[in-house]
Amino acid sequence: MTSPYVLATLVLYAASLTFYVWILRSSAAHRAGLGLAATVCLAGGLVLHYLTLLERSRHIHAVPYDDLFGSLSLFAWLLAATYLGLEFIHRQRSVGAFVLPLVLGVFVLAHAHAPGPLRQAPASGVLFAFHVTLNILAYAAFATSFVMSVIYLIQNRRLRGHNLSASAWRFPALEVLERMSRSSVLVGCISLAAGVTMGLIWAHRLWGRYWDGDPKVIITLLILAAYIGYEWLARTAAWRGARAAALCVVNFLFVIFSYSIVNLYISRFHRYF
Amino acid sequence: MEIVLIGLSHHTATVELRERVAFSAEQARQAADQLRSGGIFEETLVLSTCNRSELYGVPAELSGDSAGAVERFLASFHRLEPAELGKSLYRYRDHHAVRHLFRVAAGLDSMLLGEAEILGQVREAYRAALDHGATGPVLNRMFQGALEVGKRVRNETEIGTRPVSVAFAGVKLAEQIFGRLVGQRALILGAGATSEQVVAHLRDRGLTKLRVLNRSADHAQELAGRFGGEAGKWEDLPNALAWPTLIVTSVSSPEPAISREMLERAMAARSNRALLVMDLGVPRNVAPDAASLYNVYLYNIDDLTGIVEQNRKAREAEVPRAESLVEEHVEKFMHWQAGVEVGAVLADLRTRLAAEREAFLRERLAAMPHLSEPDRAQFAQMLEDLLNRVILQPAEKLRGVPELRRKIQNLEALRDLFRLDQEKP
Repeated sequence: MTSPYVLATLVLYAASLTFYVWILRSSAAHRAGLGLAATVCLAGGLVLHYLTLLERSRHIHAVPYDDLFGSLSLFAWLLAATYLGLEFIHRQRSVGAFVLPLVLGVFVLAHAHAPGPLRQAPASGVLFAFHVTLNILAYAAFATSFVMSVIYLIQNRRLRGHNLSASAWRFPALEVLERMSRSSVLVGCISLAAGVTMGLIWAHRLWGRYWDGDPKVIITLLILAAYIGYEWLARTAAWRGARAAALCVVNFLFVIFSYSIVNLYISRFHRYF
Repeated sequence: MEIVLIGLSHHTATVELRERVAFSAEQARQAADQLRSGGIFEETLVLSTCNRSELYGVPAELSGDSAGAVERFLASFHRLEPAELGKSLYRYRDHHAVRHLFRVAAGLDSMLLGEAEILGQVREAYRAALDHGATGPVLNRMFQGALEVGKRVRNETEIGTRPVSVAFAGVKLAEQIFGRLVGQRALILGAGATSEQVVAHLRDRGLTKLRVLNRSADHAQELAGRFGGEAGKWEDLPNALAWPTLIVTSVSSPEPAISREMLERAMAARSNRALLVMDLGVPRNVAPDAASLYNVYLYNIDDLTGIVEQNRKAREAEVPRAESLVEEHVEKFMHWQAGVEVGAVLADLRTRLAAEREAFLRERLAAMPHLSEPDRAQFAQMLEDLLNRVILQPAEKLRGVPELRRKIQNLEALRDLFRLDQEKP
């Protein structure tokens, strides 16, 4: 953690998490003030985190993607940004306490070790930058929907089982969680589709063909199909509610598979995104 | 300074007696006027709710039996026998009275632990007395403190957060499922005290689409009029089930009015959108096996009572935190009071010393007739300066003592040594 930005980002994310947790425990009168503090800290963290990423980008002349450090850091940033967008749209701060640990965890994972030596990235350019960023944004959006769906399943179980502990009354409503999950999946699907398209165009410019036969592309298209399936099924009678939430959780397992096993061992061109 | 509180509440008096001792707003003003004009209290405030009637006051005379006088006043004001009333009264003085008021404002003395209504009632009683000019510096400070404690207890503890009535628990459950209730639809089957409370809560939270079904069409019309919804036909029940997002039912019927099959068809018709069913009927109105239907949240009266019971225990667990906030503010008030008393004691001391100085001058100057008038004046001035200088340091020290107990001990010692109480006019 060499950069002072990194430390400051960490402090702001941690402060934001503290405030989000505090909201769950506080009374209505204090919630507005705490909520504002949480959001301001998160926004401040995002700005500083962006500066960290920018610093690295300038050195490698590309989006930070070609090592685990850069990719994870970008993922954490986009996750925080996606959550902030959702919070703004849905006016709902009670899930921040569940998303921020993920942001903080990934950020710490990315910055826990000194970053690898800076070297010129093998690929660069605006189109390529969008390809990488949009794909990682999609993963971040899917991660958010995963968190919402897990909370949904827990809360649904409590409500159906008539077992409402103290914290249950502080959680967001089931329908709010469902809407937040669906809208983050929508963001994920759009950015994944756009990201893949840009990747294909970029490949065509580079090699003169769209399809390079990389298994990563196949897996990514399958993931896209799975999430489009979720968006559709979540609106049908048979799947609406807990089943759709469970499907969303399962879908995210494929994302993790794609981000880890496929990236590291199977893909030929996609190392960390 | 002394604060006196005489009152009765649900802890000490039956509802019949509480009704007879209650004060209307007009009566509260009259009582305050009479207590002050009768020389019983200098400052006074009447707090009267359905569960309590309390008279707070600062007596005009320190040594008099103000509590006894207030009791006699209370009995005669409400035309009761003093003996009959006396058994149900509690009497508190000074910090005990302050603590009692703070606990009342915090909802700690309420029938329903932690209820919020009492704080509004305390605020209203204080505002009325203030407008009427019945309060003074002591009661103003005390009631402002009470409002502050009440607010802090509500904000900083969870004593009032979780619903402890069946009706409110049901409505909070609806919010846990649907979020905001504005725009949601409720179907009310039959009528009962609890379901009426549920409807009132639902309306408070912005739910306007209400439909009422009852076996008697006239009754349904009447209920719909009262609730501000529309009436439907009982025969349409199976179809009507597809319409609402929440159902409140309390029909008296030996057999469940809603079978699993009926709900299953309704859920299919509403594309499995979440449905909350509050079954308040005994025997139950909804077949228990309907609980396993997908996206149906079925709560019967026992389930809701169970939640209320859990919440009540949670509120009780918050009592120590609330009590410590009350203590903190009682301490704060006592500090303020002690600070005020330092001023009062020092003023008494100065008066006392001035009297001594006058006596001393008269006695000594009589033996020195050769002194000119300016010399006499200078002599008197020197004596006054000396006394002021002597008193300056102890006065500062007295004000600066941080521990309340020591401060009070010092003041008592000062009063005792200089016999200040006897000197009071």
